[in-house]
Amino acid sequence: MKKVYERNNIALDMPSPYCPGCGHGIIHRMVMDAIKEVGQADNTIFMAPVGCSILAYTYLDLDVCQPAHGRTPAAATGVKRALPDSLVVLYQGDGDLAAIGTAEIVHAVNRGENITAVFVNNAIYGMTGGQMAPTTLEGQRATTCPEGRNPMLGQGYPIRVCELLQSLRGLYYAERTSVHDAKNVLKTRKAIKKGIENQMAKKGFSFIEVLSPCPVNWGMTPRKALEYVEKEMAAYYPLGEFKVDGKIV
Amino acid sequence: MAEKVLMKGNEAIAEAAIRSGLKCYFGYPITPQNEIPAYMAAHLTKKGGTFIQAESEIAAINMVYGASCTGARAMTSSSSPGISLKQEGISYLVGAKLPAVIVNIMRGGPGLGNIAPSQADYFQSVKGGGHGDYRMIVYTPETVQEAADLTMKAFDKADEYRNPVLILGDAILGQMMEPLIFKEPSGRTFDKSSWKLGNRKDRPSHLINSLSLSEGVVEEWNWELKKKFDLMTEKEMMVEEYLTDDADLVFVAYGTSARICRAVVNQSRKEGYKTGLIRPITVWPFPSDVISKCTRKTKDFFVVEMSLGQMIEDVKLAVLGRASIHFHGRPGGGIPAEPDIMKQLKEIMKK
Ligand SMILES: Cc1ncc(C[n+]2csc(CCOP(=O)(O)OP(=O)(O)O)c2C)c(N)n1
Repeated sequence: MKKVYERNNIALDMPSPYCPGCGHGIIHRMVMDAIKEVGQADNTIFMAPVGCSILAYTYLDLDVCQPAHGRTPAAATGVKRALPDSLVVLYQGDGDLAAIGTAEIVHAVNRGENITAVFVNNAIYGMTGGQMAPTTLEGQRATTCPEGRNPMLGQGYPIRVCELLQSLRGLYYAERTSVHDAKNVLKTRKAIKKGIENQMAKKGFSFIEVLSPCPVNWGMTPRKALEYVEKEMAAYYPLGEFKVDGKIV
Repeated sequence: MAEKVLMKGNEAIAEAAIRSGLKCYFGYPITPQNEIPAYMAAHLTKKGGTFIQAESEIAAINMVYGASCTGARAMTSSSSPGISLKQEGISYLVGAKLPAVIVNIMRGGPGLGNIAPSQADYFQSVKGGGHGDYRMIVYTPETVQEAADLTMKAFDKADEYRNPVLILGDAILGQMMEPLIFKEPSGRTFDKSSWKLGNRKDRPSHLINSLSLSEGVVEEWNWELKKKFDLMTEKEMMVEEYLTDDADLVFVAYGTSARICRAVVNQSRKEGYKTGLIRPITVWPFPSDVISKCTRKTKDFFVVEMSLGQMIEDVKLAVLGRASIHFHGRPGGGIPAEPDIMKQLKEIMKK
């Protein structure tokens, strides 16, 4: 019989710590698959954020470093400079990367650190219970913008991170993908793999932003949340490549 | 043999760190410690190490966190406002049991203050600074020679205890030039294979973190940390007692203040006053027992600090009402002047 599916042995046999319908689990799985496919499990250092995915270590059979909220790109820089031949994978949420840690990601990219970043944009602070994120859409509700985000009330505009980083010369590759359906999951898988291969070829900073649902904090069913990613998020955050081979696309 | 060289305190610290096997230095410019990053940029990179001028002190301490995870000797330096920014990172280093050496060349505060020498970060250095129950060894060199020696020691102690170590100096120590001889580093090696990240072969995965949401785990691990802090308290305290045996009055001062008090002791003895000096070399662990013992024969302690009075609280705790405590302090970059201390001393001795 032909085997069509196999458990990735980087995943420990543990229950997922994530809520039903959350995108983190599937994105973790793709990161693990890419690491396995390039045969680097023993050589990988997974840089966890502070956010829901801080719990990644509970079921990733990888060396994991968990620094302070938002500072993961700086810590990843330290790891990579000390061990240049290791595979360093940065994994961050939108509060971690685009609010408290904005300076660290901008400068890690600007230095052209040879690392791979997976940025999970779920437009909300998941771990702390659904506060407004820098990427929360206009009109989207959160506990700290109960009437819906309103830039006219001084709540700011949703930040398009790929577009923001695109102009930095240290950025080698950037793509925004989504996990709202099978086709886009496959595109995400390819983008993550490419980001990791770039690092192994010592090309520089690779950045993959993934639009991802958070049904519990959005107050939606998992199915509705996927629709929200497709119709609302992808409309504001265009999917596709932003930088390839160091050139703006 | 080792030759005598003339160097600024900042440069001596940097050179001693490189000789101690420093692999990664991360820092952000701030006066009066700028000679340290400049020295690292010029010399550490030539030895194959990493120097990064970080985007902030916050980034720098977190780069230290990352580099230390891999087992590399890592260091950062700054001055008061920048050290404030590193406090979260220092707490994380302790929480994650990571060695690191941090240098604070203190300047006047609060706020942006000035760039003059100060000792106003004592509380921040020894009473926490960052969040959580934590401790770290704090060395307070008095001379450029001692700055170099203690830097070498700091790297060993950081590795031995898997804990950050702070070197606390001030603008005078950082800027003044003195002759010194670099000692040979201890050559001690530390096996980090049970916890460091990377190059994994036939071993379980390693995790560097400071979080656990399971009930009781963080409490348990605080008790574990306490054992380590207790061991440091027992073994790592360093103090110099200068002419205290027959002293009627004993100064208590560290770093630059101790230098000034030493001169006052020498002068006052010439004038017939029996004075001495207790100089904490570590302000954590604090030489409480030495001060406490000294109360048996000395009934006047004279604390001199370049602040409004911070270490004096620890002296009071050691003395516990068994002797009088006098104070001379200059905050905000002021430097205690020998004649002023001498005058105050004479008034005390009159009584
Ligand atoms: C210095 C600091 N401030 C605040 C927090 C609390 N905190 C933990 S996670 C988080 C936000 C996480 O949101 P995000 O990065 O979007 O990730 P998600 O949980 O949605 O995956 C915050 C504010 C913290 N841990 N540290």
